[in-house]
Order: sequence, then C-alpha cells, then structure tokens
Amino acid sequence: MPTVIFEKRVDDIPKWLPFVTSMGSVVIAFVISGFILWLLGGQPFVVGQYFFEASFGSWAVFSDTMVKATPLILVGLACTVAFKMKLWNIGAEGQFYLGAFAASLVVLVPLVPAGTPKPIVLLVMMIMGMLGGALWGLIPGYLKAYFNINEIITTLMLNYVAIQWNNFWIFNSFSDAGFQMTPSFDKSAWLPRLADYARQYRFLSGMTLHLGVVIALVATVVVWWILARSRWGYEINLIGDNPLAARYAGLNIKQNIVLVMMFSGALAGLAGMAEVSGVVHRLQERISPGYGFTGIIIAWLAKLNPFAVIPVSILFGALILAGREIQPSGLANMLQGFILFMVISSDVLLRYKIKLVRPTVQEA
Amino acid sequence: MDPIIIFHAGIATGTILLFATIGEIITERAGILNLGVEGMMLIGAMTGFSTALSTGNPWLGLVAAMLAGGLLSLLHGLVTIHFQADQVVSGLSLTFLGTGLALVFGEGLSGANVNTIGAIDLLPLSYIPVIGPIFFENHSPLVYLGYLLIPATWYYIYRTRPGMHLRAIGEKPAAADALGINVYRLRYFYTFMGGCLAGLAGATISLSVSPGWYSTLTTSGKGWIAIGLVIFAQWNPMRAAVGSYLFGALERGILDLQAPETLFFGLIANPVFSNPNLIFFLKMAPYLLTIFALLVGARAASKQRLGAPAALGLPYIRGERGL
Repeated sequence: MPTVIFEKRVDDIPKWLPFVTSMGSVVIAFVISGFILWLLGGQPFVVGQYFFEASFGSWAVFSDTMVKATPLILVGLACTVAFKMKLWNIGAEGQFYLGAFAASLVVLVPLVPAGTPKPIVLLVMMIMGMLGGALWGLIPGYLKAYFNINEIITTLMLNYVAIQWNNFWIFNSFSDAGFQMTPSFDKSAWLPRLADYARQYRFLSGMTLHLGVVIALVATVVVWWILARSRWGYEINLIGDNPLAARYAGLNIKQNIVLVMMFSGALAGLAGMAEVSGVVHRLQERISPGYGFTGIIIAWLAKLNPFAVIPVSILFGALILAGREIQPSGLANMLQGFILFMVISSDVLLRYKIKLVRPTVQEA
Repeated sequence: MDPIIIFHAGIATGTILLFATIGEIITERAGILNLGVEGMMLIGAMTGFSTALSTGNPWLGLVAAMLAGGLLSLLHGLVTIHFQADQVVSGLSLTFLGTGLALVFGEGLSGANVNTIGAIDLLPLSYIPVIGPIFFENHSPLVYLGYLLIPATWYYIYRTRPGMHLRAIGEKPAAADALGINVYRLRYFYTFMGGCLAGLAGATISLSVSPGWYSTLTTSGKGWIAIGLVIFAQWNPMRAAVGSYLFGALERGILDLQAPETLFFGLIANPVFSNPNLIFFLKMAPYLLTIFALLVGARAASKQRLGAPAALGLPYIRGERGL
C-alpha cells in the first residue's frame, strides 16, 4: 500500500500551478453540482448546454454576459484591494447599494441643473457613486482602526442597513407615483450603450453593453498599478503579509485600514453607479442579485490578481445570467459555493507537495 | 406595547440566537473560527423542515437538522484543520455553500404544511407572576432546552476536565499537545458540535418559532448576528444568554413601535404611525444593534483584559514553532 505524505513546499510555487488549481476547482465544482442535479432528477448535460448557449451562444447574449460582468469586475476589484491587506470587507453589497443611491441623487434631487451636458452629468454621478460607497466603507474601517471592532461583522450588518436605507427612499421620497421605484432617469444620465450606435453599425442593434465596462477595465489597470507599482500598494501588501514588520517599519496601519476600506467601498460604489446609470436607469429594489457577495468569490478565485478578475468575472457573469432561468433557482448559488470551497481546499497544493510513497521492503 | 409580550417574544426568538451563539462559542473556544453559521443554520432549517415533511415527525427533523449542520461544519474542519486554509475565507465559503445547497434542496418546500413543535407551559413554574408568563408559559420545548444548555455549557467549559482541554487547545495548542491532548481530533469534534447547534438553531426557526421555509429569508442574517453576539458575550455562555434574549426582546420591541399612535405615554405623536415608510428604519435596528453590541463587547474586553482565545483563527501544525 503506497501512503500519501504532505511535504512542505520550500521552493517557489511554479507559475502555472495557481492557474491550474483554480481551473481545476471550477471544473470539480461543476462536476459535483452536476452530480447533485442528477441526484435530484435533473439532466446536467442539458442544463450545462443551456448554460453555455444562454451566456456565450451569440454576440447578443455575450453582450448580456458582459453587462453582468461589469459590476462583478468592479466589486471583485473592491474585494481584491481589501483582501490584499487581510481586511475582510464583505460589505461590497451594501457599498454597491449606497453607490447606486448616491449616484441617483444627482438626477433625483437634482444635484446638477437641467440641460447639463451628458459627460458632466455622468462624471458627477461617478464621483457621487464612489463617495457613497467610500462612506459605507469608512464606517467599518474607522470602527476597525480605532475601536478594534471586527470588520467582517460590521460590513455584513451594514449590507442589511444599506438595503433598508434604499428601500426607504424609493418607497417614500423618490417613489414614482407610489410604485416601489424612482421615475426613469433623464437620458442625459444614461451611460452610452452599443445599441445607441445601431444606426451606423447595424449588427449592434439590441446590444445592451454600456460604457461601464470601459470604466471597469480602466479601474482594473488603476488597481493593478496601485497594488503593483505604487508606494501605497507596497504598504498595503506589507501590512497584509506581515503587520508586525509593517509596524516596525513605521507604517500608519490605522490610517491605511480606513483608506483601504474607503477605496474598496468606492470601487463597489462605482459598480452601483454603473448599474443604475447603464442598466436599470432608475433606482429600485433588488438592483443587485448579490453582486457584492459574488465579488468575494471572484477575488479569491482570481488569487487577488486584478487582471485575473476580468475573466473570472465574465465566467460568473455568465453564471448569473444563465442561472436566472434555470430550475432549481439556487443552482447558481450552489455552484458558486462549491467553486469557492474547492479553491480554498486546493490551496493546500500550493503549500504542500503531495507525494505517493511506496513502503520500502525491509530486507531480512 | 405590553412588556410581557415583548419579553416573551424576545425569549422565543432569542433561543434561536442562543443555540447558534453557544455553538459558535464552543467552536471558537477550540481555536476554530467558523463564519459559516448563517449557511449551517439555513441547511439546518431546510433539512429539519424537509425531514419533518417527509416523516411527519418534527423531532426527527431536529435530529436531521443537527446532523446536517454538523456535517457541513466538518467540511470547514477538514480544510482548516488538515489543509490549514484561511479560516475566514473557509467560513465564508461555508455560508455560500450552505445557502446554495439549502436553496437547491429546499426548492418547492415553501408553502408546505408540516407538523411543528407546539408550545407548552412548564408547570408549575408558569404560575409565578411576571416571570412565569415571560419564561415558562406558552413556549416551545426548545426554549426550555435552551435554559438547560446555558448552565450546562458554562459548567462544561469552566469546571470539567474536558472543558479545560477545550480551552487549552484554543489558547495554546502546542502546550495541550505536549500534555497528550489530541488537538486535531478535539478541534474536529468541537467544530462538529458548533455545526450541530447551528443546525438546531435553524430548525428551531423552521419547525417551531416561526415555522416554514422562506429560502434565505428564513434566517435573514441571524447567523451573522450570532457571530457578533459571541464577541459581545466574550466567549462566555452566560453572557451569551443575556445577549441573545435581550437582543430578541429589543428586536421585537423596536418592531412593535409601529403600532401605537403616540409614544412615551401619549407625550409625542409616533412618527412611524403617521408615515409607515419609516418602518424601514426600524428594520435596520437588529443590524445596528449588533454593531452596538460589538462596541460594548470591545470596550469590556479592553477593560477586563479579556478577549478571544489566543489561538483563534490560527492553524495548528504539529512540530512547528507556533504559539
């Protein structure tokens, strides 16, 4: 009988290995979920084919997939930034809602006079969205830095508060004739869509992809630059890897906690802005089907690499898009749960070498 | 706004939090942080409800719910104890996994009718004035089980030999190992126990306190509130009981604010009565209260030099320099 032994890795992890374990985790998660579906009497292959066709089957549905991926890239980045410093911001959902709320104020109050040119309206909305999210990150950040209060619980609790806050305003002051939503925004507050150019380029008609995806891609480069090239990014990485060393080096940890939480919140808030301005064009209930939570899984599956966040977000965008019409309705949630679980389980392969050892025959 | 009704309801909903909080205390005392309480509660609520539906026996449902919560927590045990994965992320993944599994297996369960665990009076204690109607009258048997659990866990943790081992593996696992205590096995065991209690908490909702399966709304964040209460309770079951019941009562009392026309014995008009939309602010209350409870807990901890078990969240690797 060969025995399995775990041997601590002393050499560097091969560059390809994290990629392979992440991919392997996704594949295994799909297999397990398919098996459960089969146990429940479903047809995993039919559902799988449907999944693929409903999200990648044509340019039109791929455009829809990208629409779902847009907020996911931004919340994925939000989680990446915070997790780099081992700050467990699981409040991207609430920060998303607050960002959407603050951006909507620009139109609903209104904060800009009627007839303001579109680029200025959109710019003000982006700034407000980031401010709203940053404020929602500031609260747990401040409590963590100066009162040592666990940010996991505060960020999560503030998610529920943010949703009720939004509900109050859409039911009360900004309600559209008693409906549980605000009136549709003026066109000047809509992010341009591909379909807007359908007159010049016919094949674009019906495509809902909006400028938010460009915002998300720019944000990816900015986050990468901050984390990999800037002094601040160096501090974030150092505090995350070795807080003790960071303190001896004289870094201001408290201030960085607050700043990183605000930065993280701002990215999630920007996602909320892109969603109200690019997709729903009004503030309403349930603008997010849990994007903020999916962002946590995305950040982890991307191994906290900003560029890897993009393909992972597209995968999850496809899951969310196709998952809406599949029974049982929790299938996409379950799949996401298995993916995250497999990813963290597979991390053991990065820390240890697993070897099969045949017992040596003792010679008499 | 009858205080007896509010406290009575507070005890009932507080029992849900009590089970989950005590379960998490036991797990954290062993040095394992399990943030998957919400997921384990949902799995418990769904399994309990579904079992009671198919067998017709709610008590069997409770047992199944505990097993389901415990089994899910063993996954967390495996990746954190043996694979040494980050306990925060593993716990989060357990919440996602539990929620997803509960939604998939709970498909079509909502609206079903099951035999629930009905309320009973605890004679003769229910005849005591004021105390009786609050604590011993018209409650689920699970509430009374909760009363027993509080002193039992307290005694176990602080006064028995296995309880001392439990504290040791959470404070200084290397020293415990040197004394011949099997750190790995005990950590698995207490993770499992915590999962069982979280599952029980879930089934307490779906089979007894507010029966039914309402997908994720069944728990609506109670698992997270329980994790907050553990910190408020300073890992002490007695304080956990006070926190849970008080929390239940406050939550109910604040929601009841929408009913009367005036507040403070008729002194001022009730704003929620004239504008029902203000109820959204009342609905924020439990979550804001949790943050407030954390503030109180953090201050108490810094005063009394108490705190989390020293090895909480850290993997124990035999033969390596650690705590």
